[in-house]
Amino acid sequence: MSRIATRFASLKGRGRTALIPFVTAGDPQPATTVPLMHAMVAAGADLIELGVPFSDPMADGPVIQRASERALAQGVSLHDVLGIVRAFRADDPDTPVVLMGYLNPIEVMGYEPFAAAAQAAGVDGALVVDVPPEEGHDLVAALRGHGLDLVYLLAPTSTDARIRRIGEVASGFVYYVSVKGVTGSASLDTDAVAARVDTIKSLIPLPVGVGFGIKDADTAARVAAVADAVIVGSALVSRIEELGTTPELIPGVIGDFLATLRVAIDAADAG
Amino acid sequence: MRLCKVYEMATTPAMLSDRGPATGAGPGYHWPDANGHFGPYGGLFVPETLMYPLEELRAAYERYLADPEFLAELDADLQDYVGRPSPIYHAVRWSRDLGGAQIYLKREDLNHTGAHKINNTVGQALLARRMGKTRIIAETGAGQHGVASATVAARLGLECVVYMGEVDVARQEANVYRMRLLGARVVSVKSGSRTLKDALNEAMRDWVTNVDDTFYIIGTVAGPHPYPAMVRDFQAVIGREARAQMLARTGRLPDALVACVGGGSNAIGLFYPFIEDAGVALYGIEAAGDGLETGRHAAPLNAGRPGVLHGNRTYLMEDANGQIIETHSVSAGLDYPGVGPEHAWLKDTGRARYDAITDAEALAAFHTLTRTEGIIPALESSHALAYAAKLAPTMGGDQTILVNLSGRGDKDMHTVAKHEGLVL
Repeated sequence: MSRIATRFASLKGRGRTALIPFVTAGDPQPATTVPLMHAMVAAGADLIELGVPFSDPMADGPVIQRASERALAQGVSLHDVLGIVRAFRADDPDTPVVLMGYLNPIEVMGYEPFAAAAQAAGVDGALVVDVPPEEGHDLVAALRGHGLDLVYLLAPTSTDARIRRIGEVASGFVYYVSVKGVTGSASLDTDAVAARVDTIKSLIPLPVGVGFGIKDADTAARVAAVADAVIVGSALVSRIEELGTTPELIPGVIGDFLATLRVAIDAADAG
Repeated sequence: MRLCKVYEMATTPAMLSDRGPATGAGPGYHWPDANGHFGPYGGLFVPETLMYPLEELRAAYERYLADPEFLAELDADLQDYVGRPSPIYHAVRWSRDLGGAQIYLKREDLNHTGAHKINNTVGQALLARRMGKTRIIAETGAGQHGVASATVAARLGLECVVYMGEVDVARQEANVYRMRLLGARVVSVKSGSRTLKDALNEAMRDWVTNVDDTFYIIGTVAGPHPYPAMVRDFQAVIGREARAQMLARTGRLPDALVACVGGGSNAIGLFYPFIEDAGVALYGIEAAGDGLETGRHAAPLNAGRPGVLHGNRTYLMEDANGQIIETHSVSAGLDYPGVGPEHAWLKDTGRARYDAITDAEALAAFHTLTRTEGIIPALESSHALAYAAKLAPTMGGDQTILVNLSGRGDKDMHTVAKHEGLVL
């Protein structure tokens, strides 16, 4: 069983909804990310999504695009991101790490070399935003060959047939995009999300994480009531942006914020 | 027999490609495949959030491009509103000066709004209306596609938002004002390199957010399937007309076609109906900017490598880590780090040849055509003209070159004047 599957099975046994923070690797500096990852785990993160910077992130909103630009200005490459995971893994053998990004940097490295290097670095899965199942055969094969999960997005507009098709190739968990829009979009409608999550769970057997539009403890608690995982990204990245000139404060501030989400999610789980 | 048939079909200005033997590229060329691939290129590399609107679009495109009523409406618009067919013009003085092949110009500069872009926006806007969409969005670089989109939106009473990089907004002020006059909202995009590629990213984001009522008019043969095929089919009117016009004028097909390539829509529009004509050489001309050796250019087919951007696999300008790099060209309309996937395929198969022309060579051709023929060409088209000027002397006086004069140069007055050290 993969580290991701093991983690979700363990959480399910404890009746705990996963909290999955997203941050962009190398934002605002490469040295910030590893301490930040440890701080997030200490604050109650169950899995970490690490953004791989890309010059043209078309599914992301302005907040995460700016994070990519800051990291790219520091010269952060896919190789560097793998180095960050390797450094994190040295002190944390248990918390799954999923890379989230776009295909072109992986194309340049090559699918097989990427999969091998990611496995060696301690990466557990990848969400390659611009690779739908139709285009993913070779990538899926390479990742599976190295024991990596391939996580997919599901949208409010995904039909039942598409959800099933994605269920055939996805592993680890699926990421339900809670609003029509890009990352960091406006508030989400929890009743509509609950209905969609139920539909997804009736069609495929994987855990369902919900993200896009989760900004605070209240939304996190409401999403926790219906999903297996709460994914929070732009709310963290915008705080990181505000601390750009004092990066040493970032792990503490982000840890404190995540802890408030953890408390709210735990309360929802208990209720 | 086949020539006769093609001639009959092509005299109707806008018979759309069914990829069959008479109206398309011929019986042997059937790209893209059902999934939008041109060999290894093209495809559908998009987030799940875009799969539904793209599927909705693909279904509408396949339905209406086989619908006689839709095609008749499109034909009428191309004739009465765009002003088609556009003429071919024999550049007698210029050909004589060059001392070789006879050069003909396909006069897309005479279209309404001044470029080939309107062929596609008229088609996509009619499609948008059939689909019940009330809002049009578009990306633009030089502003020609933005103007062409704002124009058709005004005519059909559709809301229109045009995304344009902040850098391009500054260098194409006149077109920004034209779009606003036409009722469009121009959004200045401040992310990334603040040029065309970033405008495209921003338009995609708008589309994802407003899928229910919004139609995204992509201006070139790039992007995810079905855009490369659909935009080609709307632009192929250029080649269908030109093929019939050259046959009527000279009694045979041209020996060479030359067109500039940014995303590549005017080039594909011209090339496509000639792809099966083995005797017709196809030349696509990219922007070499300051020179290919300087790295400051926009010539992915000449100096890039395959990768994935904006929903398709194609040749790209990228760094060693797969990040897309900034491009440079005096011509905003060629300033794009990717290229339509069908051009990538035509390059790899050897059917078309791709070369590049520098800023300086394009500017020289701009002035030459203006002074010799009394036609002020767009800086984009000037790249094709500059290449034709190199090609013609290598050919015989009985041979012909057809250059796609894809747009007129009115929009470029400020840019050209600046290169002369003048401020208008």
